[in-house]
Order: sequence, then structure tokens, then C-alpha cells
Amino acid sequence: MVMPDKSADIGSAIARIHDGASVMLGGFGVPGTPFCLIEELVRQGAKDLTIIKNDANEMGMGVDWLLENGQVSKLVASHIGLNARAIAMMNDGALKVEFVAQGILAERIRIAGAGLLGFVTDIGMGTPLAEGKEQVSVNGVTGILEPALKADFALVHAETADTFGNLYYAAAARNFNPLMAMAAHCTIAEAEAIVDQGLIKPENVHTPGPFVDQLVALKQLPEVYGVVRR
Amino acid sequence: MLSDARERMLRRAARDILPGMTVNLGIGLPTQVLHHVDRTMAICLHSENGIAGVGPQLSPEEADRNLIDAGGAYVSPIAGTSYFDSAVSFAIVRSGRLDLTLLGAFEVAGNGDLANWIIPGRFSPGVGGAIELAQKARRVGVLTTHTDKKGNPKILERCTLPLTAAACVNRIYSDMAVCDVTPEGLRLTEIAEGTDLQDVIDATGTKLIVPDGAIPTF
Repeated sequence: MVMPDKSADIGSAIARIHDGASVMLGGFGVPGTPFCLIEELVRQGAKDLTIIKNDANEMGMGVDWLLENGQVSKLVASHIGLNARAIAMMNDGALKVEFVAQGILAERIRIAGAGLLGFVTDIGMGTPLAEGKEQVSVNGVTGILEPALKADFALVHAETADTFGNLYYAAAARNFNPLMAMAAHCTIAEAEAIVDQGLIKPENVHTPGPFVDQLVALKQLPEVYGVVRR
Repeated sequence: MLSDARERMLRRAARDILPGMTVNLGIGLPTQVLHHVDRTMAICLHSENGIAGVGPQLSPEEADRNLIDAGGAYVSPIAGTSYFDSAVSFAIVRSGRLDLTLLGAFEVAGNGDLANWIIPGRFSPGVGGAIELAQKARRVGVLTTHTDKKGNPKILERCTLPLTAAACVNRIYSDMAVCDVTPEGLRLTEIAEGTDLQDVIDATGTKLIVPDGAIPTF
């Protein structure tokens, strides 16, 4: 028996992303950000996007390309402090930003990927982040009902994939990638290397192939993936 | 803040990092505490972006492009390091596996309330992981100058800024003093060497419980 081959070319994979789509982007800073997929999304130009990413990268990188190109109407993130453009657009009303505590963002995405509707947490009780949210009591403790967060698309970056879409992430490039890969209607993964099925040890698979729909091989890594010199 | 006062504060905070602890150091000043921690001490440093066992920082020449800490510094693995996704990383935080976190502050109140992420209308980059660290670490230390640049107290009766978390702070390390949040109120525990007690009281925006007798210096 063999498993399906999900290899796709980058153009047709990204062409699925329509105006108004919600798109999750993996990565925490540079590590794990799917820069090539984002670059193709900029080239193809889908507009009015809701982008869900931990951060807004830095000026001149990743999410910033989408912002600069006017493709983003809303950003869901935990922290955008390293991107002055994102801050300025937010302050000018050109970009709607929803801030979510980092671990709550991760868990809302994870929960969506687990097929659940939401979870209850005491994180943020008594702070502005609790305002306007439904509160429920569990075993006598009151918490916030946090809804699952899913998306139409997830773009993720893996170090290695096999052709079925089993993914392996390097070091701290894992971050939000495996969570987002589970939480979208269509998950498009880019990988630095795509190997034959069987060459990633089953025990070493971080994201199981059933979560991945389209798989794009990166022929060479542009400089943006490299070490940032400040 | 004078650099020797800052170094003294960092050195004092470092003394509360004990063998066996799992610790998260906030971005900025708290991360610098590490320069004063004995490298041979057995501790586990946690980073929000998915690392337990953060090793020494590396120069760009030596760096692994995929290995940064939550502050964006290039770091290294050590024997025993693990990597995990962001949900697992905050499971570690929320389930109480952090023995200690050290954080910065815009304002901190005598009852342990902490405000360190938003100044409405002026600074709102997002909360990151601060709420979960402040609310769920077993022990929360705050590093801050005792007063702001204009000389106004940062340690207050009540915070005026939106809270990161309520009643979460255990200990405040400043350039002037070490103060503990107690059920009775904010207690002066130690005073910086050469600092006048009345100056500390005057620079503190809430009632300070001053113990009888000599106050230890740091």
C-alpha cells in the first residue's frame, strides 16, 4: 500500500486563497514563518484577508509584505511590537487588530484543530481582555469561555515533509505550525526538503499527514529565512 | 537608572533563582538577570516560543536560524533541552510548572497588581505571554526602577493602567529596595546599599511597612 502524494506547485496551491479568506500563518518571529507561501500570496493578491499569526514579523518581512500590499483587513495576534507599520496601521484605523494572550491564541487554535467548540480558562479574569466575553462557572470557579479559532487556510513551514504531508519541524520553528496545520479547512505546507514516504521515522512525525492538503517544495531558501543581524 | 544600581538590582534578583527551579525571564531587563546567575547551577530556563532548557546566547555567526528565544535572541540547546509547540509551552505555564518568573512593570501596586503591557493611546503592541506568566507562575518577581523618568512612583496604592494580572506579584526588585507583597501590605525587605530609608518611603506611592531594627542591604 502507498499513501497519497500531496505535492503541488506553489501557484496552484495559493490560488485557492480567495478574497475575504481567513489565513493562519505559522511562525514566531522568523523561525517557522512560511515566507515563500506568503510571497506567493502577495504576488497573487487576494484581498480583505483575516490573518492569524502570533506576531506581525518585522518591517520588510512576511506578514509585513501583506500589510504593505493592502491585503489585510484584520490581524489576530498576540504581539505586534516589532512591526512599526502594523502598529501605525492599527493606530490609524487602517487595520483591525484583535489581541489574544499568546497561550490562549495557541489553545484556541489547538481546540479548533481538535474539533471542539471552546474551552474555559481563568486567564485574563479581571483584565481588559475579559471584557465582553461570556463567563461560565466550572466546579465553582468562574472563567472565560474562549471559542475555538479556525481558519479557511493555514500556511505552515516545515523543515522536512514526506510526500504524504507528514511534517517535521526544526528546533523553535515548530511554535504555532502544528497547531495551525490542524485548525484550517485547507492546510498548505512548504517544506525545505520533501522526501519519500518512509524516510521520516513514524515516531518523529510532528504533524500527521491527514492534516495537510497541499505540499510545496522549496527549491532554495531566500535570505529572509536566515539569521537576522540587528 | 545608574548602571551600577541596575547591576545591583539584577544581581539581587539573580540570588532568588535557586537550584532545581524552572524559570521564565521576561524580555528586556529580566533576561539580563541571567548574567548574574552561576552557569553551573542546575536550572531549567523556559521560553514561550517552545523551549525548555534554553542555553547560552550565540552570535549571528554561530547562530542556528531556527533557534531564537521569545525575545528574538539566538540561543543554543544544552544537554536535556526540549522543543515543543506553543500550546504545550503555555500548558507548562498555566499548569503551574514555572517556579518563578521575573517580569518588567509600568506600574505595580502594593497588593501585587501588575500593569506591564498597555498604556492606552500610547503603547499597545499586544500582551504576548505576559498575562499567563504573571497569573500562573508559582512565584512572580518584578524588576523595575522605583520611580519613572520624571521621578513619579511606579509602586502605587492601585495601578492606574489596565492590569496584566491582579494580585500576582510576590516580590519587587528595584534600584532602591526589595519589597514583598504580604497580606498586611507591602513590606520593605531590603534596601540598596547607601540608600536613605526616607528616600525609599518618599519614592514609594503606597504605604510601606518598615520592619523594626536594621534593614538588610543588597
